[in-house]
Amino acid sequence: MSDAAHAPDAHGHPAPPGGIMRWLTTTNHKDIGSLYLWFALIMLFAAGSMALLIRAELFQPGLQLVRPDFFNQLTTMHGLIMIFGVIMPAFTGFANWQVPLMLGAPDMAFPRMNNWSFWLLPVAAILLMSSFLLPGGAVAGGWTMYPPLFIQGGVSYDLTILAVHIMGLSSIMGSINIITTILNMRAPGIALMKMPLFVWTWLITAYLLIATMPVLAGAVTMLLADRNFGTHFFNAAGGGDPVMFQHIFWFFGHPEVYILILPAFGIVSQIIPTFSRKPLFGYASMVYATASIAILSFTVWAHHMFAVGMPVAAQLFFMLSTMLIAVPTGVKVFNWVATMWKGSLTFETPMLFAIAFVCLFTIGGFSGLVLAVAPVDIQLQDTYYVVAHFHYVLVSGALFSIFAGIYFWLPKWTGHMYDETLGKWHFWLSVVGMNIVFFPMHFLGLAGMPRRIPDYALQFTDFNQIATVGAFVFGFSQLVFLAVVLKAIKGGAKAPARVWEGAEGLEWTVPSPAPYHTFETVPAVK
Amino acid sequence: MSLAQTDKYYLPQPSLWPIVGSVALLLMAVGGAMTLREVDHGGWVLLAGVTILLFMMFGWFGEVIRDSEAGRYNKQVDSSYRWSMSWFIFSEVMFFAAFFGALFYTRVLSVPWLGEGDTMRQLWPAFQAAWPTAGPGLTADGLRFTPMGAWGIPAINTLLLLSSGVTVTWAHWGLKKNNRRQLVSGLVMTVVLGATFLGLQVYEYHHAYTELGLTLGAGVYGATFFMLTGFHGFHVLVGTTMLLVMLLRSIAGHFTPDHHFAFEAVSWYWHFVDVVWVLLFILVYWMI
Repeated sequence: MSDAAHAPDAHGHPAPPGGIMRWLTTTNHKDIGSLYLWFALIMLFAAGSMALLIRAELFQPGLQLVRPDFFNQLTTMHGLIMIFGVIMPAFTGFANWQVPLMLGAPDMAFPRMNNWSFWLLPVAAILLMSSFLLPGGAVAGGWTMYPPLFIQGGVSYDLTILAVHIMGLSSIMGSINIITTILNMRAPGIALMKMPLFVWTWLITAYLLIATMPVLAGAVTMLLADRNFGTHFFNAAGGGDPVMFQHIFWFFGHPEVYILILPAFGIVSQIIPTFSRKPLFGYASMVYATASIAILSFTVWAHHMFAVGMPVAAQLFFMLSTMLIAVPTGVKVFNWVATMWKGSLTFETPMLFAIAFVCLFTIGGFSGLVLAVAPVDIQLQDTYYVVAHFHYVLVSGALFSIFAGIYFWLPKWTGHMYDETLGKWHFWLSVVGMNIVFFPMHFLGLAGMPRRIPDYALQFTDFNQIATVGAFVFGFSQLVFLAVVLKAIKGGAKAPARVWEGAEGLEWTVPSPAPYHTFETVPAVK
Repeated sequence: MSLAQTDKYYLPQPSLWPIVGSVALLLMAVGGAMTLREVDHGGWVLLAGVTILLFMMFGWFGEVIRDSEAGRYNKQVDSSYRWSMSWFIFSEVMFFAAFFGALFYTRVLSVPWLGEGDTMRQLWPAFQAAWPTAGPGLTADGLRFTPMGAWGIPAINTLLLLSSGVTVTWAHWGLKKNNRRQLVSGLVMTVVLGATFLGLQVYEYHHAYTELGLTLGAGVYGATFFMLTGFHGFHVLVGTTMLLVMLLRSIAGHFTPDHHFAFEAVSWYWHFVDVVWVLLFILVYWMI
């Protein structure tokens, strides 16, 4: 709105306003990308602290540190924030930074809406986090928000529902922006099947978001109405059904799982070819596999509900369709390994995280396959086996890919190489810590330890203590990550335009750090 | 086009409007929650939020309109708007899908389940599973209602909305032929039809609450009826408002025969609202 007072830069752009106003009013995809990533990092530490409190309580059987009700608040908020406040914003931050750079576009298609997509997230975070201070505390019904628990709670439940609405708004606007940028802003010569795989995965992720976030909005709107306006959507006395919420929720929730992992596939598919110094093996099959996963993700939702009860035919359908997803996922893992096969490999930190991703995500994928088997799932439902499964896909999957991507592109963003020694420390502490936390949970779950309970039977003590020690190692090693990022922002070895020897793509043709405005004239693509 | 268009993609300057919108939504959420929990002054906070949001929309959209009229949007920007409006309407389709899904689930699955088996015999032995229903518990407690008939106001409303789809298209033809009179009179008719629809729906709701005993609390039939028709009515309100803006802009001389995507976007939206209504008429009013 104000533009007169500032001296224009070399390209005739007025300089952005200074101080806080730069960040509040920015329409620049790089600024907004950084905002998303910083927001995600802050939320990572917030929700991570909750996880450490949970693990501290579970160090011993019995109740030591927190009341059971507060424990439930911690597990609920940990889940909600990690999903909606960490993984999704971090991936959107990558999309903001990288999609225009990779496609040779001057910015996102709708820069002002891009700003709003970000600045809605702090609003949602305020609504969620402030509920800890309100009477009755934060929501404690689990991140899945099932009725009837979610209909009975106090004011924080209303605030959480409204926060979900606002986060949904943010995601839908962000996704429309990304999808439009990809479909309409590619430099001439970049055909769809020539796009970097990161862009492809985000195109499909954005489609999933636009298709499912409104369904979640509908589901929580019905919750809000049941809570406040006397409707009976989820109450059998009025002809409704609490299980109906689960169906609608998981119709969103399962595609959401792929929203949380497809951009990770994209990041890893950029990194592995770079450090293998070979083109990605099976590019087209990667694209088709991603699309297949997205389409199949709409047909598998009830595998989250086997224990709720459903006709055998439905159990069989959802079991088999779930297993079918292993096929395109297997194609991807095969392609990553085949890309490394006979490559000229080096093991910088991004590559280390990418390789750890391939190995550990595959473990999470396999335990998912185990849980897809309906009779097995009925045994394992709501045990720590499920906790182990989804942390293998979300921590060593999504989060590790985010670390990999940060190390990969940080020199491009800041103009400085990060500290490789510290990076390697961060990697090894993370990968060892992560496995110490979550691997024993498989055993705990198989032995029958239920999740979301602050107390447990004596025989589970040993594995829980191991997990807690690992959690603190893993949690505190993230401070190393913070140090690496801050150090690279402040200084360090000058990064060249092509940061990595094997790096291919338009983003490596612009100087490091990438100038505030890039590709204002359309780049030439061979 | 009034001014020469540039080849460069238009990149707007830093803007305060988004953060104003965020403040508005924060106030609306806090005020809304306060109102629901009956905390004092919640209504005022909510009202402040809504006011700021309207102010933001007025300012932000005004800026976009001025950019457009100044010729800053080239063909590529136009194409971005087309893509984004299509995807936005797709997201709206999925929002309604959640409620149509709830209607399908209760009618076809969960209400019949309530009328059979041991649970029914133990809890509500008298319950006859049939649509429409207020559910076994509420019926046993004596709740009675009359479902909304299809061939009164709903049928008239169907006629109104379908006609408005025709008039908005006729207005579009006028715009393409650069016939302002046809454009303006087509839009006037469309706005009047939309407003009449809304008036009749208000009357219908009043009738339902006061004479039919049909309320939001009338079991799952009442819940699905009011949520589906209510969200649709809200979309008609938004659509009518947008059409009104198009009318005012047309009178002010905006749009050219080959550069008027704002108008097209609103008419896409209007046709979408139309299609949802036809589904509502068939599934909610007619097939009971």
